[in-house]
Amino acid sequence: MLDIDGLWCRYGKVNALKGVSLHVAAGELVTLIGANGAGKTTALRALSGIVPVAAGRIRFEDEDITGASPRSILARGIAHCPEGRRVFAHMSVQENLGIGAYLRRDSAAIADDIDRIFTRFPILKERRQQAAGTLSGGEQQMLAIGRALMSRPKLILFDEPSLGLAPTIVDRTFDLIQDIQQEGVTVLMVEQNAFAALEMCDRAYLLESGEMKRHGTGEELLADPAVKEAYLGG
Amino acid sequence: MRALAPLAGLAALLAVPLVVTDQYALHILITTGIFIIAAMSLNLLLGYTGQLSLGHIGFFGIGAYVSALCSLGFQLEFTDRLVLTVAPKPVWLSFVIAVATAALFGFLIGKLSFKVRGAYFVIVTLSFAEVARLVALNWVSLTQGPMALNNIPPFTLGLSDAWQLTFYRKLPNYFLMIAIGAGAYLLIARLVRSRLGRAMVALKENESLATSVGIDVTRYLVLAAVVSAGIAGAAGSFYAHYVRIIDPDIFLFIYTVTMVIMIVTGGKGTLLGPIVGGILFGFIPPVLREVAGPELQWIIYGLIMIVVVFFLPEGIVPAVTRAWAARRGRAATASARSPAGS
Repeated sequence: MLDIDGLWCRYGKVNALKGVSLHVAAGELVTLIGANGAGKTTALRALSGIVPVAAGRIRFEDEDITGASPRSILARGIAHCPEGRRVFAHMSVQENLGIGAYLRRDSAAIADDIDRIFTRFPILKERRQQAAGTLSGGEQQMLAIGRALMSRPKLILFDEPSLGLAPTIVDRTFDLIQDIQQEGVTVLMVEQNAFAALEMCDRAYLLESGEMKRHGTGEELLADPAVKEAYLGG
Repeated sequence: MRALAPLAGLAALLAVPLVVTDQYALHILITTGIFIIAAMSLNLLLGYTGQLSLGHIGFFGIGAYVSALCSLGFQLEFTDRLVLTVAPKPVWLSFVIAVATAALFGFLIGKLSFKVRGAYFVIVTLSFAEVARLVALNWVSLTQGPMALNNIPPFTLGLSDAWQLTFYRKLPNYFLMIAIGAGAYLLIARLVRSRLGRAMVALKENESLATSVGIDVTRYLVLAAVVSAGIAGAAGSFYAHYVRIIDPDIFLFIYTVTMVIMIVTGGKGTLLGPIVGGILFGFIPPVLREVAGPELQWIIYGLIMIVVVFFLPEGIVPAVTRAWAARRGRAATASARSPAGS
């Protein structure tokens, strides 16, 4: 479904990605792990067209999307759930969901999809008129995921979904991401919590200072002594 | 109820001349109104997209100069042989040309705003207005420089010479101002309540998130700048034909600052904010002039500003809306509780 071949990205003179290759098949849950500054977020940002690509190819469903605009990449079915401030804080919950469907014109189906997300997250329905910034961290995460689903993506990119969340909420978020995969959406996830990520994924890639060091199934990487030592605490 | 409120407001504004018959007071109302229209246009950029254009008076002044020159006719001498002569145009046509020219400059500044952000954008827009002022000051063969362009014809509307309305007096000019203001208000209201308006608000709040939901950032910034500049140009054009004399001081920085003050005190990013702030700061100076000396005037002006910003940092309109919502909320919970309590 997604093929990245020899991807280079630069910030000024610094190379953030040095020839990264990665493959995601339809229906898979693939994770990208690595330390801070390894280039994980850059990889996702390049994929969704936010960061320019210096060299290399990105293909999605057999079409070349290298250098396409964020808008056209989203229109092809790749949604990006960015890290950090995840929601439009001053907009209501409902408006946040609505804006997730920004590129869609089918207002009846959009309303149905919003209802479906409210059924999935009843708490969001309760707070539909509330400003998103007043929600708890976990609720904001639900809203961010709901918003990403509103574009009816084929592939969702999650950037550090566990960042800044309470441990119980982290578990719920990971369950949710697996549910989304079960429903047929392909997932590519960047995660610092390597252990959890490797346990839930089908396949994983390990990125180190802009280079792909290892890849394999989640179990393989969990068993790999080098991965164990560096990322799983021995 | 809510849908009727703007209509009621409009009716009230139209009824003002029934009460205010003093010519000087009417003049203050008209000039304040022109400023409010300009502030409304700046609010579209500052309040809705979050771009601080400190050269907004540039669009206003360009609108005024282009409109005045078109209605007076002018000559451009490129070389001795190449001379472009433009015959005087009807005022309504000059108005349209002025709006289009200002919008074109808005387009250029909007394109630029994507390249230079934040502080740099502020500097670029500031320089833009200053350059416009220097051009108006030094291109004497075209603009008369400091001698000012005078005898600018008043606004006329009509199809032929026999059937036309000329806006000489204050009263018809007041109604014309209200008409232009209502048009600008409707345009801005439509824009900010559309898909596009939501996109602009999203953009202001969190640009990278906005990009990730597929909002084309450049396109909306440019569009907002074009509409904003066009409206400012319309206000400038109307100003030129109302006061009928303009000089390069029209481009002074203090006017942009006044607009920003009106927006910030009224409430930026709200439709009513510039109007409320504009009324407040449009009327305070002439009222103060009656009661206080010039030194004291500016001190009081400054004090009022500090007090408003200190106590109502978001501006008057959001504060009033919130107080109103809180009161209604309390009333609703009280009436819900009372049957159980009794």
